[in-house]
Amino acid sequence: MSKNRIKIVEKILNANDRLAKANRQKFDDAGVYTINLMASPGAGKTSLIIKTIEGLIADGVQIGVIEGDTAPVTIDSDKINAAGMPAVQINTGGECHLDAVMLETAIDQMDLTPLDLVIVENVGNLICPAAFELGTHSKVVVASIPEGDDKPYKYPNIYRGLDVLIINKTDLLPYIDFDMDYFRQGVEMLNPGLTTFTVSCKTGEGLDGWLEWLKARISK
Amino acid sequence: MHELSVTESVLEIACKHAEKAQAKKVTDIYLVIGKLSSIVDDSVQFYWDFISEGTLCEEATLHFKRISAELVCLDCDHKYTLDDELTPCPQCGSARIRVISGDEFNLESIEVQK
Repeated sequence: MSKNRIKIVEKILNANDRLAKANRQKFDDAGVYTINLMASPGAGKTSLIIKTIEGLIADGVQIGVIEGDTAPVTIDSDKINAAGMPAVQINTGGECHLDAVMLETAIDQMDLTPLDLVIVENVGNLICPAAFELGTHSKVVVASIPEGDDKPYKYPNIYRGLDVLIINKTDLLPYIDFDMDYFRQGVEMLNPGLTTFTVSCKTGEGLDGWLEWLKARISK
Repeated sequence: MHELSVTESVLEIACKHAEKAQAKKVTDIYLVIGKLSSIVDDSVQFYWDFISEGTLCEEATLHFKRISAELVCLDCDHKYTLDDELTPCPQCGSARIRVISGDEFNLESIEVQK
């Protein structure tokens, strides 16, 4: 029996990346702008989505939400439905992130035709979601003041390859030792010139900039 | 921790190439993992033993080659290696840096018996 070395050099997540491209094609065919929304648990992903729906409803923007959850708990999708928009929930069965296969399944359950924007709410986690392309047009991270100013230094990957950073819960700045310059320096090292909005989903402060950014990208 | 899905991808790629080469058995799998790709070797090995059972890759040995993350300063061109914590350029203190390597996450080669 002979032994042979076969050279391969293939990206381990190649299959995922290919499916992500197919997802993107489906979104493009339907004329829908899509966002992969990532954050740690409790940073305010769902609050931002609700504020986004409320902020764009007057402009007639139709928004679909795909909710990634590790357990079959419908708290988030119930909130989206209550805000008057369709939501599809993906139960990851304990997995720590969404991947392109899971998103494909969700897309097939959602009628994209009437929609202008689809927000994919990833599983609350700063590590794993960064590794898996989904095929969305942009990636957005919500950071929040109570998480601390060292997060870019500890979780560098999530801040790279990112299109927009939203710093949420600015209303808590007076109560928490959060060095904004230190935080921003970490982000700048990983993603120079990153578009950043500082907001409070509670008071509504700063959300206008984010909504304008979105409106400029919704083509229909 | 997403080691299970990663391990499944490794198995899929290795089996695909082994079948193409009409191999009887895969004995070794060589992976190249950059420091910025978060993956735990032991955990991959743990899943591997389960999911490779009954495939061409059963009992194949996984080899992990770790590559450090290299950074370059955009202001003074100094190159340095990323330690566990991200730091500005140690030479000039600039925060304008770029990652040159460390993202690798590849299946580089397999060894097979024909």
